[in-house]
Amino acid sequence: MATTKHILVALVEDKPGVLNRMASLFRRRGFNIDSIAVGHSEMPNMSRMTFVVNGPATVVEQVRKQLDKVVETVKVSDITGDNVITRELAFIKVKANSANRSEIIQIVDIFRANIVDVAPDSVIIEATGDEDKINSLFNLVRGFGIKEISRTGRIAMTRGGSGPLPVMKKPPKSQAKGKKVTK
Amino acid sequence: MKMTGAQIICESLVKEGVEVIFGILGGSLLPLYDALPHYPQLRHILVRHEQGAAHAADGYARATGKVGVCFATSGPGATNLVTGIANAHLDSAPMVAITGQVARPFIGKDAFQEVDITGITLPITKHNYLAMDAASLPGIMKEAFYLAGTGRPGPVLIDLPRDVQQEPAEFNYPDKINLPQYKPTLQGHPAQIKKAAKLIGESQRPLIIAGRGITISGAYAELKELVEKAQIPVVTTLLGTSCFPESHALSYGMLGMHGMAYANMAVDAADLIIAIGMRFDDRATAKVSAFAPHAHIIHIDIDPAEIGKNVRVDVPIVGDVKLVLGELNKLADKSKHIDWVRKLDEWRKEHPSLIIRDGESLLPQYVVRQIYEATKGEAIVVTGVGQHQMWAAQYYWYDKPNTFISSGGLGTMGFGLPAAMGAKVGCPDKTVWCIDGDGSLQMTIQELATIAQEKVGVKIAVLRNNYLGMVRQWQELFYGKRYVATPLSSPDFVKISEAYGIPALRVERRAEVAPAIQKAMAEPGAFLIDFIVEPEENVYPMVPPGAALAEVLEEPRKEAKAVKDSAKLPVSNI
Repeated sequence: MATTKHILVALVEDKPGVLNRMASLFRRRGFNIDSIAVGHSEMPNMSRMTFVVNGPATVVEQVRKQLDKVVETVKVSDITGDNVITRELAFIKVKANSANRSEIIQIVDIFRANIVDVAPDSVIIEATGDEDKINSLFNLVRGFGIKEISRTGRIAMTRGGSGPLPVMKKPPKSQAKGKKVTK
Repeated sequence: MKMTGAQIICESLVKEGVEVIFGILGGSLLPLYDALPHYPQLRHILVRHEQGAAHAADGYARATGKVGVCFATSGPGATNLVTGIANAHLDSAPMVAITGQVARPFIGKDAFQEVDITGITLPITKHNYLAMDAASLPGIMKEAFYLAGTGRPGPVLIDLPRDVQQEPAEFNYPDKINLPQYKPTLQGHPAQIKKAAKLIGESQRPLIIAGRGITISGAYAELKELVEKAQIPVVTTLLGTSCFPESHALSYGMLGMHGMAYANMAVDAADLIIAIGMRFDDRATAKVSAFAPHAHIIHIDIDPAEIGKNVRVDVPIVGDVKLVLGELNKLADKSKHIDWVRKLDEWRKEHPSLIIRDGESLLPQYVVRQIYEATKGEAIVVTGVGQHQMWAAQYYWYDKPNTFISSGGLGTMGFGLPAAMGAKVGCPDKTVWCIDGDGSLQMTIQELATIAQEKVGVKIAVLRNNYLGMVRQWQELFYGKRYVATPLSSPDFVKISEAYGIPALRVERRAEVAPAIQKAMAEPGAFLIDFIVEPEENVYPMVPPGAALAEVLEEPRKEAKAVKDSAKLPVSNI
C-alpha cells in the first residue's frame, strides 16, 4: 500500500495519559510519527494536538476512528489535502565568529528569521515556516557548522471560516478529577 | 459524609447494584478488603488465580448482561488479570477491574509489587484510571461502570494506591455522568437505514450475518422480525451463536473457519450481506479479499471504528443494533426469496456439515450432542478454547438467547472453567455446562477449588484426547503430521476433581455417556465427567488458513453419516 503523509488535528481534554493513549494507537501499527505538537487550545482544559504521520490512507483513517474513540477525545480530523496553513518553529545553533557572523545574519534576513542569541563562537537562529523553508535555511547554514537543532514539528490550521474541530462553548467539567494514567 | 477511600469503593459498588466480586487480595488491597465485611450485600468469591477472577467476571457479565467486577492486588496480581482483561476487551464484555497499587509516595520507584498496570492495560481496556485521591473515587466509579456497560461494552480498570484506600474523603455518589466527549451513537442515521431497506428490497440472495452485538443489545426479537418479514437466511459468527434460534427454518448455523459448509457457500453466493453486530473477524471471513465476492454489504455496528476496518462496506449504519433493526423493520418490505432459500436447503442436504459417525468409539461430537439431548437445549454452555469449543458450538442446538459463552477474539485457553463459574454465580437457577478440553482446562484447573469452596453447581464435561487437539489438527493437516509439543499426558481428572471435593466420573464408552450426564445433572452441586474421546478426531468443516470461505474442507471419511443436519432440515414453511 502506498504511504502518504497525513496531518491529523485533534481536540482533547487536557489530562495526563491522553497523549500516551493517542500515540499508542500509532505505535501498535508500527507507524513512526513524524511529529507531534501539543498545546493549549482556545478553551481552558482542552488541548490541541497536531500529528504528522506516514501511512496508507485507509490505515490512517482506521487509526483516526480509533483516536476518536479515546474517551477524552472531542474530535480528530485528517486535514491532509484541505486548504491548510502549516508552520513549525526551529532553533538552529550555528558556529559563528566575527569573520562570518555578518554572512549568517544576511541569510537569516533573507529567510525572515531572527537571531535570538549571540555568543563568541555561535548564534542561535529562530526560524518559523513550513517544513521546506526550515529545511532550506538549514541547508544554507550547514556549511558554517551546526552545533544543535531543535524543531517543534508542524502545527496546522485550515484557512477561512470554521475549522474541522468543533468550537467548544463551555469547557467540559469532568466529575472524576482523579489523574488518569501518567504520560 | 466522610468515609475512607475503601468505604467509598464499597459504597459505590453497592450503588451500582454489584452483587458479586471475584478476586484475590494482597498487601496493597488490604484496606479495601478490610472494609468489605461491612457490606454483606457484596459477595466476594476468592478465586485461586487472578486470571480466573477476570474470566469469572467476564462469564458473569456475559450471562447476566451486568457489569462483572474483579479485584486483584498490585504487581503480580494485576498482571495476572491481564489475559482476562484482554479477553473481555476483544469480546466486548463489560467489566470493572480494581487493582491495588503501592502507596502514592512509592509510585514510580519500583517498590515491592509495583507495576504500571494502567500503562500495561492501556491498549486492552476501554478506559483506565489511576486514582490519585479519595475525593475523585465516586466520580471515577460512576464513570467506570458507565463506560464499561454502555456503547460497545468493554473492560475498565481502576488502579487504587493503598494510601488512597485509607484516605478520608466526602462521599456523594454522583447521579449524573459527566463525560462530554463520550457519546455512543445509538440511533442509526435514517437515510442510511432507508438505503439499507432499499438494498434489501432489491436483493435476490440476501444473507444476514449475526454477531454478538445482537446478544449485547438484546435484539433477538428485532432480528427474528426482520428475518421472517423479508425471509432472509441467517448465519451467525462464533460469538453470535445462540442469538438466533438454530432450529428456525432460516437458520444456517455458524460461518467461518469451522462453520457449516453451506453457511460459507451462502456467503460466497449472496448478493447482499447484512452484517449485524459483528466485526468481520478473520476467523469468520477467511481470506478477506475473496469474502462475499458478489455481495453488497450493509454493516450495522455501534462502533464506528469497526466500519470499513476489514471489508469494504456499501451501507454503514452506526448505532445500537436493537434500535437500528427496529427502524429497519418498519421500512423493510415483506418479501420472499424462494429460489435462494431452496438453493441453501439443497446445499445443506448435499453438504452435511455435522456428522457423528456410527460405531463404538467415543466421539466428542457424540458427547456434545448427548449434553444437548439431556439439557433439551436449556443450559448455558460455556467453553474453553480448542477443538471442544468448535464441537460445542456445532453439535449443540442453541435455540435460547444467550446460552453460548466462549472466548472468541482472544481465543483464551483456560477461559471455560472460571467463566462457567461466573455464569453460574450470575444465573444460579440455570443449568451451566462447562465443555472443556484437557489442554484448556489445565490452564485454570485450580478454580475447581473455588467452585468447591463456594458450592457453585457447574457441570463440567472434559473432552479429553490427550492432545492440544486443535494445534495437533493443524500439524496433521498442514505440518506433515509432525506432532511437536502437542501430545499431553493429562492427569486422572476424576481423582483431581475428587481431591478438590467435586464428585466425578470417567466415561469411555458411548453407552455410558447418557447415564453419566444424567448423574451429573441429578447431583445438586458441581460434577465433573472425564470423557476419554477419540484422540485424533478432527473438527470439520474447516476452511484452511489463507483459503477463501468457499474452499471449505469437509469431513473426508466415507462412512460418515449426517445426523444433526438431516434432523435439522426445516419443515418447509417458506
